[in-house]
Amino acid sequence: MSFNIDERYSKMNQGEVLLAYKGSITAELITNVLGVVESKLDHVIDRSITKKKIYNILVESLQNLYHHVDDLPYMVNESMDIHFGIFVISKMDESYVIRTGNFIRNDKIKKLTERLDKIKSLTRDELKELYKFVLNNQKFSDKGGGGLGLIDIARRTGGGVDYEFDNYDNDYSFFSFKITIEN
Amino acid sequence: MESIALEGTPKTPTVNMDGATGIVEIKGRSIPENSIEFYRPLVEWLEEYSKEPQQITTVNIQLEYFNTSSSKCILDVFKKLEAIKKARNEVIINWYYEEDDEDMLEAGEDYESIIRIPFKMIEVVD
Repeated sequence: MSFNIDERYSKMNQGEVLLAYKGSITAELITNVLGVVESKLDHVIDRSITKKKIYNILVESLQNLYHHVDDLPYMVNESMDIHFGIFVISKMDESYVIRTGNFIRNDKIKKLTERLDKIKSLTRDELKELYKFVLNNQKFSDKGGGGLGLIDIARRTGGGVDYEFDNYDNDYSFFSFKITIEN
Repeated sequence: MESIALEGTPKTPTVNMDGATGIVEIKGRSIPENSIEFYRPLVEWLEEYSKEPQQITTVNIQLEYFNTSSSKCILDVFKKLEAIKKARNEVIINWYYEEDDEDMLEAGEDYESIIRIPFKMIEVVD
């Protein structure tokens, strides 16, 4: 079975799509997207708190994507944009869904899986304690720190995160991340 | 000492730090990709200010959004304030949050429990 990026992308385009993107993930792109989505949300959502929650999670998930995209070696796929990633923001029934996708080195999967499974298993109070612990004790790099972004997203959504990995080749897989925000 | 006055941008907050009045204000959004660069001069300013602080330092934090990259830097700001308070100066922290914004209220409570200066939680009603 081979992984096909276009199939994955169309699979992610579910529900009423507010914005979908496939290509290079740059700081400038994120700034533009945040601007566009913010004004879109102003039109579709009345409740300021819901809008804020979605916006906050969007910032966190796009910046996570920006910091953690692994580039495929040029030899493997020369047609792929540099810093390639995917994201889709959509409305499904009464929920908002943010999906992101990026390549990841296979040697990072185990650690990320453990981290995500742990976060998914925690209660609201446990997530709060973990957030505070990481905030106060972990060294941060320019990239952020200690998975605080993931903890924050799980906290804000009440654990509404899901993920999967599709094997790409011996060295890389594609990581799909789904965040559900109940309205 | 020189004061700091920064205009807000779509990704960074408005900042005012005035050594003569002892008033520190951070307002707006704080969502830069790399926050360390933005906050470094603020933390350094507080370090300098802490050598000769005013009797009362008043801190007003009114954030609409902040990302986790900023959250650590904001904690660094609070840790400097904690040091000023430990040196027997008064530090008043006002944490503003929008009406019904439970996440922002909780974020303030998280900081309060880490740094041990009581926060005044102020709900802003439109």
